[in-house]
Amino acid sequence: MTVYVKGVVFEGVDFDDPKHWGIEAYMARGGYTALKKILSTGMTQDEIIAEMKTSGLRGRGGAGFPTGLKWSFMPRSFPGQKYLVCNTDEGEPGTFKDLDIIVDNPHALIEGMIIGGFAMGITVGYNYIHGEVFEAYERFEAALEEARAAGFLGDNILGTSFCFQLHGHHGYGAYICGEETALLESLEGKKGQPRFKPPFPASFGLYGKPTTINNTETFASVPYIIREGGQKFLELGKPNNGGTKLFSVSGHVNRPGNYEIPLGTPFSELLEMCGGMRDGKKLKAVIPGGSSAPVLPADIMMQCTMDYDSISKAGSMLGSGAVIVMDETTCMVKALERLSYFYFEESCGQCTPCREGTGWLYRVVHRIEQGLGRPEDLDLLLSVGGNIAGRTICALGDAAVMPVQGMLKHFRSEFEHHIEHKQCLVPGF
Amino acid sequence: MLEIEIDGKKLTVPTGSTVMDAANSIGVHIPHFCYHKKLSIAANCRMCLVQVEKAPKPLPACATPVTDGMKVYTHSDMAVKAQKGVMEFLLINHPLDCPICDQGGECQLQDLAVGYGQSGSRYEEEKRVVANKNLGPLISTDMTRCIHCSRCVRFTEEIAGYQELGMPGRGEHTEVMSFIGKTVNSEISGNVIDLCPVGALTSKPFRYSARTWELSRRKSVGAHDGLGANLVVQVKNNQVMRVLPLENEAINECWLSDRDRFSYEALNSAARLTQPMVKDGGQWKVVGWQEALELVATKLKGITASHGADSVAAIASPNSTLEELYLLRKSLAGLDIRNLEARTRLGDVRFETKAAGWLGQSIVDLAASESLLLIGSTLRKEQPLLAQRLRQSVKKGLKLALINPHDDELLCAVAGKLVVRPDQLVEGVLAVLKAAADITGKAVPADIDLAGVEVSTEARALAELIVAGEKKSLVLGNIALQHERAAELHAAAAALAEIAGATLGLLRDGANSVGADIVGFATNKDLITANKKAYVLLHSELADLKQGAKAAFEGAEFVVAMTSFADEARDYADVLLPVSPFSETSGTFVNMEGKPQSFNGVVRPLGETRPAWKVLRVLGNILGLNGFDYDSSEAVRGDVLNGDIAKVLDNTPAKAVAVKAQATAGLVRLAEVPLYETDALVRRAPSLQATVDAESAAQLRANAATLASFGLVAGGNACVQQGGASVTLAVAEDAGLPDQVVRVPFGRATLALGSGAIEVIKA
Amino acid sequence: MVTSNQAPTLSAESQAQIDRELAKYPADQRRSALMSALRIAQVEHRWLSNELIAVVADYVGVPPIAAMEVATFYNMFDRAPVGRHKITVCTNLPCALSGGYKAADYLKQKLGIGFNETTADGKFTLKEGECMGACGYAPVLLVNNHSMCNHMTPDAIDKKLAELE
Repeated sequence: MTVYVKGVVFEGVDFDDPKHWGIEAYMARGGYTALKKILSTGMTQDEIIAEMKTSGLRGRGGAGFPTGLKWSFMPRSFPGQKYLVCNTDEGEPGTFKDLDIIVDNPHALIEGMIIGGFAMGITVGYNYIHGEVFEAYERFEAALEEARAAGFLGDNILGTSFCFQLHGHHGYGAYICGEETALLESLEGKKGQPRFKPPFPASFGLYGKPTTINNTETFASVPYIIREGGQKFLELGKPNNGGTKLFSVSGHVNRPGNYEIPLGTPFSELLEMCGGMRDGKKLKAVIPGGSSAPVLPADIMMQCTMDYDSISKAGSMLGSGAVIVMDETTCMVKALERLSYFYFEESCGQCTPCREGTGWLYRVVHRIEQGLGRPEDLDLLLSVGGNIAGRTICALGDAAVMPVQGMLKHFRSEFEHHIEHKQCLVPGF
Repeated sequence: MLEIEIDGKKLTVPTGSTVMDAANSIGVHIPHFCYHKKLSIAANCRMCLVQVEKAPKPLPACATPVTDGMKVYTHSDMAVKAQKGVMEFLLINHPLDCPICDQGGECQLQDLAVGYGQSGSRYEEEKRVVANKNLGPLISTDMTRCIHCSRCVRFTEEIAGYQELGMPGRGEHTEVMSFIGKTVNSEISGNVIDLCPVGALTSKPFRYSARTWELSRRKSVGAHDGLGANLVVQVKNNQVMRVLPLENEAINECWLSDRDRFSYEALNSAARLTQPMVKDGGQWKVVGWQEALELVATKLKGITASHGADSVAAIASPNSTLEELYLLRKSLAGLDIRNLEARTRLGDVRFETKAAGWLGQSIVDLAASESLLLIGSTLRKEQPLLAQRLRQSVKKGLKLALINPHDDELLCAVAGKLVVRPDQLVEGVLAVLKAAADITGKAVPADIDLAGVEVSTEARALAELIVAGEKKSLVLGNIALQHERAAELHAAAAALAEIAGATLGLLRDGANSVGADIVGFATNKDLITANKKAYVLLHSELADLKQGAKAAFEGAEFVVAMTSFADEARDYADVLLPVSPFSETSGTFVNMEGKPQSFNGVVRPLGETRPAWKVLRVLGNILGLNGFDYDSSEAVRGDVLNGDIAKVLDNTPAKAVAVKAQATAGLVRLAEVPLYETDALVRRAPSLQATVDAESAAQLRANAATLASFGLVAGGNACVQQGGASVTLAVAEDAGLPDQVVRVPFGRATLALGSGAIEVIKA
Repeated sequence: MVTSNQAPTLSAESQAQIDRELAKYPADQRRSALMSALRIAQVEHRWLSNELIAVVADYVGVPPIAAMEVATFYNMFDRAPVGRHKITVCTNLPCALSGGYKAADYLKQKLGIGFNETTADGKFTLKEGECMGACGYAPVLLVNNHSMCNHMTPDAIDKKLAELE
């Protein structure tokens, strides 16, 4: 409940109303009109997908893949069962936007999934929710009950022949399940270990059936696009970066929280919205797109606008839109140690480079932090990282390496200082 | 077809091929650990990373589908760098304890490390140590060596049909294990030893007994079931140290049953008979071969002279070689002795096939059936690898249906089943026959009376299944062939096969059952209860024979046992002749599909032991018979198999048998030969005898209602009385049995029991 | 196998809850409910013993080792006894920047235990957690897996501990 600036997803949500998440409040602010529009006007599957393409909506989970294009990959005429899956396994350090969507505006997601089901001829959907936010899972289940009772879910929706069943499914503590094929494995009741692709979920997904997987925020943006038109959504952002986007800002700012702002907003403006740096300290660095994104030093970051292209050009990635802000007191060795531990702890263990390499990276960084580093350790880290990156089944290997590479690219001297003096340059946390 | 270029070599491969398939097809070796052609693709070891043109990253050859025009470089800088990187990761936590590792010398990690590893390690952190697991008496573990390739896990789930191994934990804490407190109990579990690319899973019986490079490798053939698995027997100092599969896609593929793999322990047993012995005034005395054989000749001549040739019978194990059986027949024929039997567990003397009984088709063809109705078989225990092959066929669409007196898991999807009391097996087949006749409008033979046969829904479903489609098979298993109404089952099944247009097959129990039929080791008399004056036994023991054998032997005037073991026959025989087990003789087994497979001895006979075919050659000469001057087993084989073998195979019932439904009631015994009770070798293999399967050989099993009706509890004991004798057995529940059925196996633990009415009381 | 009298069971309520989860999935995909079933069993028994895992596996219809894989992969499952209240503190980087370690240190000092330890009275177990997806509300901690507490300053921690029985 800390959405400070509202855009497409949270448009009209009155956080002061205790039932703001419920179906009545949602419908009062125009909820389910997109679905009704589709079912009453006879809008076709092709028209919906065309609208999605027009909107320029890119997947909000981190990879930024164009949603309309993804929806067009689903073999709509496939005779057997197909599945629609929402990825609410939000566990990338720094990211907490989907939590707020589920808790505060679950029906936007539900409506978006129903529309997705219609557009792709899918009759069953699951929403996989991060285990640690179990109360959000319960909230989602409650919202599903409301939607079923109102006739938006189930058989013969709004009296048409369209049927769509939607269920909640919760994780129980595994970051890797945010990776879409690991999520599918987990949804099948197995260890969440990513699958090698190809085949892609569009042809071999849940239970081996064609499956489309989108992020929570992506689905929650769909009702707006259908209601208001893809062009309007696109114009909220900038070309190739349509719409508003939720940015989860954490760390050393005065007002951490979610900010739903147009893509392309300068970072400096976002920082201002957050009330600036906490305790008036100086900005040192920002991880702009969740913990896996390479860190960017203050001077580079202050030149960036918050969109896929700008952040990418600066050598990092927008990812899920998680902005981790660090001030001048932050020890980068400690920061990297904590992140490296995370990837070591969360590696699923399936493939060799990640299983063996993440532990190696962590142990070396830990040693440096403990004052037992050696000058050659920094090149060793880069070399080991190079043997992980691009060699694994999923992107977790790359995700574990990018923070190392980013830190050593921009803050190598701080690591060298740590090795030489066996202690931090700055106090850290 | 797709075009691909690998390291500059152009080739075309079928659509759907992976880069690994393509490389294998032209003999380009891509290093790998997790990839195995029989297992699902895991792509987890990352050792097979190769460079693919236009791909920004190296790709795993095992999982990358070939696309048209693809160019692959398996040894480019990018590929080799990736492979070396993976190798370094695999080695950082590996103990590198090769000098004390049984896998040393045949270790894929060791081999590839030579090519892709470095001489020193950059890893200076603490290495991982993983606790070992108890997987049972067959598989030894050194889990610190595990490289997490998951082959063993995939094997249990995909090939053996039930996930007994898993990889609990996450990240580098992941460990291969069975469920806490459970061992790996699959009848084909030993294959995980072969699959393990490192020394994490090794053979427990073999542990620390030899270095692999000290072993010579010799081919042989499995001697315990009708499949005829091809073996590599490994030998050191004239002793069999280990048995591995020899790949033969048409028979055992690359697998081996545990029975074929571990029974070799018996070859080195202290119970081996090493010298000819004769009983002299109640005392055993060692004699020379000449003296022993002269005694045998004299005795047999004397008994046939005084009591007639019909007073002598020869009973051979169906695991005897074709050559042994042929020379036994030929030498006894010289005395006009015609009582020969190798179907040692036959329950119905009326059972007779027109020629040798066999599978009716090749193993590969059977597995390619559209539908298969299996009648009276505990297939996983009877023919473990055939069960495995059919399991894979089921995944590809085979509809497998069963008529059985139990509901044992085949660990694959079953399209239909009819579970009946063991004494209602005939009626079960008749019900399906009646339904099939109804559906097709075809007539059944006059000898089959379908009056009073009730067709259940299940029976009708089976009939529908077996009459539909093109390629159908109907197979009788051990329970059917050992049934006391086997001839009726045979007739009813043959009629059903005829109506359905299905191929009728018999699953023969012995390694050479088909060969024994060809030689003529099949009479239609009960040679045991006939109490002959003299018996000649070849490799067969009491646990191979029907009840009453011991009394018959003890009551006989003369018994000669041609055996490899000294510990049993001494109780009832008069002469013990040490003859070679399969490992010490050349010979031939004709497998269930009618394929003769000849093999050589892999070690010299132990002590004074001699191959039985040579012993019988000498006996023939001592008896003064002509035609015993063979100089090789091949020459003997040539006398038996001297034409098209297909002409001597025919499952058709030799004579019409009246078949009619009978009502049965009361308590009935389901008696089968357990997995590790099948023959003299298996019964003396200590590791197999320590398995859970061996334990169940001394159990009474029944469903909960039946147990309760006798006041029995699982975990308690029961006293079983049958034929005037009783034994005490442990009690276990088997929910898949019909009411009032007790599963009391046939084996050493129940040898004392007779036949007929059975009683059970709490012990 | 001898059945021990101590073998854990699933209450009727737990079974009903598992049945509700099973109903979400196709009839031939019961395994999909395994994670929920283990969660429900853990809520009832507080932790997942080997025996309980076997009971759940049997109920769902999967090999026990398959249930063991799941129970050991997801770190909210407790494979050893825990106190009446398990408190998991997130110390991942975003939380650490906003007092995650301070909250953890405060809890350690207040309860007199370290991570992965349980107070002598069996009331509290303290765990270090990974990202819970609530970084904006740091410091965050999770009580008994399902109840998230935000902005856990020392005062807030005192208040929360007092609430927990």
